[in-house]
Amino acid sequence: MSVTEMFSYIQGFLSADQEIREDIRKVVQVLEQTAREILTLLQSVHQPSGFKEIPSKCTKARELFCTVRTHLGELKTKFPVEQYYRFHEHWRFVLQRLAFLAAFLVYLESESLVTREEVAQILGIEVVREKGFHLDVEDYLAGVLIMASELSRLAVNSVTAGDYSRPLRISNFINQLDSGFRLLNLKNDPLRKRYDGLKYDVKKIEEVVYDLSIRGLTKEQEAQGEK
Amino acid sequence: MMIKHEGEGCSRRKKTDSAQKTDNCDSNLTVNLPSPVIAAFKVFQLELDTKHDKYERLVKLSRDITIDSKRTIFLLHRVTSVPDVEEVLTEADVKLDGVRQKIGMIAEEIRGEDLYQFHRAFTPGIQEYVEAVSFHHFIKHRTLISLEEINAKLVFVKDSDAKETAEGQQPIGAQQVLTFQVTPTDYLLGVADLTGELMRMCISSVGNGDMDTPFQVSMFLRQIHDGFSYIGNTGPYEVSKKLHTLRQSLSKVEDACYTLKVRGSEIPKHMLADVFSSRTSMIDQDEGVA
Repeated sequence: MSVTEMFSYIQGFLSADQEIREDIRKVVQVLEQTAREILTLLQSVHQPSGFKEIPSKCTKARELFCTVRTHLGELKTKFPVEQYYRFHEHWRFVLQRLAFLAAFLVYLESESLVTREEVAQILGIEVVREKGFHLDVEDYLAGVLIMASELSRLAVNSVTAGDYSRPLRISNFINQLDSGFRLLNLKNDPLRKRYDGLKYDVKKIEEVVYDLSIRGLTKEQEAQGEK
Repeated sequence: MMIKHEGEGCSRRKKTDSAQKTDNCDSNLTVNLPSPVIAAFKVFQLELDTKHDKYERLVKLSRDITIDSKRTIFLLHRVTSVPDVEEVLTEADVKLDGVRQKIGMIAEEIRGEDLYQFHRAFTPGIQEYVEAVSFHHFIKHRTLISLEEINAKLVFVKDSDAKETAEGQQPIGAQQVLTFQVTPTDYLLGVADLTGELMRMCISSVGNGDMDTPFQVSMFLRQIHDGFSYIGNTGPYEVSKKLHTLRQSLSKVEDACYTLKVRGSEIPKHMLADVFSSRTSMIDQDEGVA
């Protein structure tokens, strides 16, 4: 094989690669659009009126996740299934966002931590690599960490909206998450960097809880609940 | 309804709050909380640790491959100054066999895994191997080794997993064939590094009074350069970075050939070597800075 032949073979490989990447990028763009729509929808819970409408907002978000499932189904067809990690970078960001949105949705619905299986089910993908397009564990964890900072924001805003008990529940939840993450031996990677931000979220929520308790606002709520 | 909901939250909070206190107390001793969150994270811990361990093992293998390949390249550089080229080539081949064994270990490590998930761990080693093996091939055949030829040598037969077959699978597959595929990108980057080695060989071969090699090398380098220009910036980012170094090597070799042609007729051979040995040291210094 001559040098020229060899290089034209490689050129062929590279342009085929590029085509796949462009196809993936197109689908990912649509996915990002839908993810933004869901985010806008769920973010409206931060508004004072939003607290009452959480269930209806969650239903709407669930509907939007149907679109996500179709797009992800389309994404799967764009590349050979065993080369997931070759193109991982292209959808890593959006998949983390989607994991966050699913986790946030589930938290708003049931105030519990979404499992990786649940996220995979909401997004219509697999949990383990062997079965096809899957949710990488690091992406799932990154999504959970994004949710933590969203919850610290929610704690502040729920006080503003007059809901004094929610911050306490959030605080409890975040503390559990924190001790969960402390079990992990993270390398010096993007996930670790994001985890380093978790302590600020914990701190923020603790401040809110402190403010409420020294003013006796938590007890007031309890008394109200007992009536 | 809302009030009731909040009240619920409060009582739940109280319960877990007390649970939390105990958690804080004995978290130093044991972390066996019944909490589903903790249970889930224990699973993640295991999964991440397994992955990181594998990654580290691959990095280590890659380092070993890099070192051995570099040594092989140094060995191959001696062909310009020893009378028996074949002997050096055989010795290099033995060394490369050792490197291939290590690549076999990588292949075993990533069996059943996604090659690209751990690609970053071993890509430096593989590139260095491509460089060494293509250098060896060039000295022997004066041509560029193809990707298929490289991959064809990376087939490993393992017959050590008798245990696995005994455990239930049919015993027909007592011998298992493992292959390792060098990706086209790794190949390309390895070949780009090869040009630097060729430049060195070209310069030092003059010192040996060899007047043919420089011209052969310059022709070969020009072909490779044409190939890289053909790929241009459609390739990955690293390729375009290496293109610059490639240009430098090419111009050094071309200059050397030029000097040989111009001054070869006027300077006696043993003095030509002096002219070039001073050039070589200059080039080496250049590279030290770059």
